[in-house]
Amino acid sequence: MDKVIIAKNLSLAYSNDDTIINKANFSIDTGSFVFITGASGSGKSTLLKSLYGALKPIEGSLVVGGVELKGVSTKKLNFLRKHLGIVFQDYKLVKEWTIEKNIMLPLIINGYEKSVTQNQVDSLLKHVRLQHQAGKYPQELSGGEQQRVAMARALAHNPTIILADEPTGNLDDYSSQLIWNLLEGANEQLGTTIIVVTHHIPETMKVEYKHYHIEFGDIREVI
Amino acid sequence: MKSFRNHLSLIIALVSILFSIQIFNIVDRSINAYKEKLTKNYSLVIVSQNKLLPKELKAQVPNIADVIELSPEHVIKKLNTKISKNNMELLKATLPRFYKLKLSKYPSPQEIEKIRKQLLKIKSITKVESFSATHDTIYNLLLLFKTVISVLAFAILIVTVLLIFKELRIWQFKHNERMSIMSLFGAPTWLRSAVLFRLAIVDALIASAITFVMFSYIASSSWVHEQLQTIGIEIVVFDKVDDFLSALAISVLLSIFLAAFIVLGHKEEV
Repeated sequence: MDKVIIAKNLSLAYSNDDTIINKANFSIDTGSFVFITGASGSGKSTLLKSLYGALKPIEGSLVVGGVELKGVSTKKLNFLRKHLGIVFQDYKLVKEWTIEKNIMLPLIINGYEKSVTQNQVDSLLKHVRLQHQAGKYPQELSGGEQQRVAMARALAHNPTIILADEPTGNLDDYSSQLIWNLLEGANEQLGTTIIVVTHHIPETMKVEYKHYHIEFGDIREVI
Repeated sequence: MKSFRNHLSLIIALVSILFSIQIFNIVDRSINAYKEKLTKNYSLVIVSQNKLLPKELKAQVPNIADVIELSPEHVIKKLNTKISKNNMELLKATLPRFYKLKLSKYPSPQEIEKIRKQLLKIKSITKVESFSATHDTIYNLLLLFKTVISVLAFAILIVTVLLIFKELRIWQFKHNERMSIMSLFGAPTWLRSAVLFRLAIVDALIASAITFVMFSYIASSSWVHEQLQTIGIEIVVFDKVDDFLSALAISVLLSIFLAAFIVLGHKEEV
């Protein structure tokens, strides 16, 4: 099977004296559903940040979607990010934009036509049960609703990989289930590679998944 | 409301800069017009033993616009009753020739001194009267006025530039988050900064329009025209095409510089 992410001797750190991930080796198959777990401060979010190029490897190699992220140029990084769907723990919605425009963002960046964009946004709003909130601003929504908007934005452009950082943390059961269903749907129907950083793997998972655990700077597959 | 206030502070800063530039232009035009007026009334008087040709004088001093020979008749007429006709003819023949020299532009005291020296190089010229005392006073007064206005305009410029830099910090803070989010989704620099440039250009257009309205009103004010008439000059207070285009260019360039500074200073959040 094709590998969509390959890490070799990967070391990650915010400063040189404080290595968070130390010479890790792992690979992720295209179209797989992967959970990354670990204790708080183990480096789960740090690893996810490195996957979308917000943190560059200090050592080793990290290839995501065919792009080597060590010393990557801005142009190549932008190219890679256009093919990623990211769900952030703190949602990262643009406050001065409506829900509709926030979901549109990756479509605008990827140069979709206006008619396609509007249809896709309408359909996604229905999927996340927020069609009646389209004209509202993020701060007018609850945390669960904001996370659903972030989820819709991550799915909008049918990305190759979805990276989700604690997508259901602090959410109610309804919103959590909706998000898991969407992630499973994207994986099953579109073959999207899903990488989720979380504390707990939901028991209701219907798709086959892989589980990686981070401990003491090392990443190991849990079988 | 908050966003409107942010816009307003940049617009005010831009209007202040355009206002000080235009005021400087008006003062400069007024001084130049006044200098022109003084040039018309100002002349040097030279005394020569022989007849001088304008060509000869202009060759020595290119700044000369006109040469008028002064007739000694009115001086001689005063002596007419006491001197015989023969002696009168003799006197006429021996009297030196007087010339009034008009200059093409109002000279500085240094230029007058230079002209005086150049004229005295012509052997037949025995005296050059430049009326320097009066001239120097007026010239220094104009110079002082222009300097004061220049310093004032410069001070306004410095204050407004500082104001713009403060505004720049606010904008940087305000737009940083949106630009970071867009960057995380792979937006190229031009796309994530497009909103910023659009806002900057809109503010520049508004500032230029305000300046246009303000100076169009000042230019049509009868009070301003009365003041100009009092000092005997006529100037274009505000050229609706040239001055407006200059103001527009300055404000747009400044705003683009401001936006570019924010874009270049943008750092992605980790």
